[in-house]
Amino acid sequence: MRKSKGVFWLFLAPCLLTFLLAVVIPMLTGIYYSFTDWDGVHSNCDFVGLRNYIKVFQDSYFRNSFVFTILFVIVSVCTVNILAFGLALLVTQKIAGSNLFRSIYFMPNLVGGVLVGFAWQFIVRDVFDSIGQMLHMDFLRGWLSTQMTGFWAMVIVVTWQMSGYMMLVYIAQIQNIPDNLLEAAAIDGASGFQQFLKVKLPLMMPAFTIGLFLTMTNCFKLYDQNLTLTNGGPSKSTEMLTMNIYNTAFVTNQYGQAQAKGIIFLIVVALITVSQLLTTKKREVEM
Amino acid sequence: MKKNQIIKKSILFAVCILLAFMFVFPIIILLLNSFKSLKEIYMSVLSLPDALNFDNYKQAFSELDYFRSIRNSLTVTITVTAANVLCCSMAAWVLVRYKTRTSTIIFTAFSVAILVPFQCVMLPLLSLMGKLHLISMPGLMLVNLGFGSSMSIILFHGFIKNVPAELEEAAAIDGAGQIRVFFTIVMPLIRGISATVAILCVMSLWNDYLLPSLTINKKGLQTLPLKTFLFFGAYTKKWNLGSAALVMAIVPVVIFYVCCQKYIVKGVTEGAVKG
Repeated sequence: MRKSKGVFWLFLAPCLLTFLLAVVIPMLTGIYYSFTDWDGVHSNCDFVGLRNYIKVFQDSYFRNSFVFTILFVIVSVCTVNILAFGLALLVTQKIAGSNLFRSIYFMPNLVGGVLVGFAWQFIVRDVFDSIGQMLHMDFLRGWLSTQMTGFWAMVIVVTWQMSGYMMLVYIAQIQNIPDNLLEAAAIDGASGFQQFLKVKLPLMMPAFTIGLFLTMTNCFKLYDQNLTLTNGGPSKSTEMLTMNIYNTAFVTNQYGQAQAKGIIFLIVVALITVSQLLTTKKREVEM
Repeated sequence: MKKNQIIKKSILFAVCILLAFMFVFPIIILLLNSFKSLKEIYMSVLSLPDALNFDNYKQAFSELDYFRSIRNSLTVTITVTAANVLCCSMAAWVLVRYKTRTSTIIFTAFSVAILVPFQCVMLPLLSLMGKLHLISMPGLMLVNLGFGSSMSIILFHGFIKNVPAELEEAAAIDGAGQIRVFFTIVMPLIRGISATVAILCVMSLWNDYLLPSLTINKKGLQTLPLKTFLFFGAYTKKWNLGSAALVMAIVPVVIFYVCCQKYIVKGVTEGAVKG
């Protein structure tokens, strides 16, 4: 086929131009801005070297929110994927109504973060409180008034919302495992548990690679739920990095510092997710 | 042995039911409380409502400017999704079929960009949009197309790579130009993956909050998530209205899910596994 350069650029143009506008140019100018005293109001800004980055590391709220975010990601990645894997095993057991159960477990994923956050704010604050009162379980009372309960509320919400999605990923992989492999293991005398451990689990590795990657990036980037569930409170103690960046820019007008935080955030997310991809990829086995 | 099987299945079934209850529990709570008065909620959030009282819905309906918010959300979602599917399939096709260094570099740039968190580009993007007078609904749509193109191009690219080029070449020998080849030969072949891309676009656009909140500042143009957020700003703690508003905001999603469940499940799985 005769391939013209014109068609190449013509077909690429809409995506490429909007991509330049939305990602590439802001990314490049953003790196520059992070070394200036930009305040978002005045267009002229002076180069200040590494001052923003130094200030960012001295900012105790940023350090707290950094630790909070990392802990939140670690805990949620575990809870989401363990529950999701359990659900996937459960609904592939050929029980009555398993398709309906699948649909129900996945449903929360479609509901937007803003709605989910507000709905759960009501649940953990008021409904948990009255359940706690009824059953005399004090740990259910006064949620969202401490950092601890705010943290676990967010973990619960994210687990509720994301595990159905990861369940679909795991189901797809389970259905990819050929039955004859499990039968062969059974003939060789492997018990149900051994089949699971020695055959199923290793063959699930590609799904774990994807599942971990997706939960990790989604948890790092979480903003809407954080905003509507705890709004960072009490006193900024449940502020995720995304919200910390937002507030640094729009509440205190320190655009340069906020941008430096954004760059640090990108580097952290990229390093962690890429190294996760590389380590779990290594453990994948050929079928 | 057989008896064991039955017991095992029943236990698993019971576990499934229990889990399903936990997943719908928030929705049930919202439904229950949306029919109550504020006084009833203060008495108990767990009790059944005294009567089916639709007053909360009426007020939430007008406060949310329900139909207009839905229309605004639909406008953004449908326009960007259609543009995304069309533009990204075109882009991915030329990126696959032209095996040049330029095309490799461009594709790598699109792929790497999925790692970039929005907060990292948010501020310079806003200032750039301000300079170009794009702080508006059309501006929002353009930027959304740019953000969405990474994932969509990766998905289309992965699919088109495995489509043999012979058919296209045969059509070209018969005298069809490249543009015609794309629209008459390629487009029908990639219908499946297009549905997947469309579903993923709809899901992320419909629920998007942060970027619209920064770019739509005109009353009457707010999307549903924006309007819901503003609603809660005005009615904190009035959970009778709040739960009615949330139920109403969730309804379109449930309708969408019931109608396109098959495509959604397929789309989400493919999007995750291939992306």
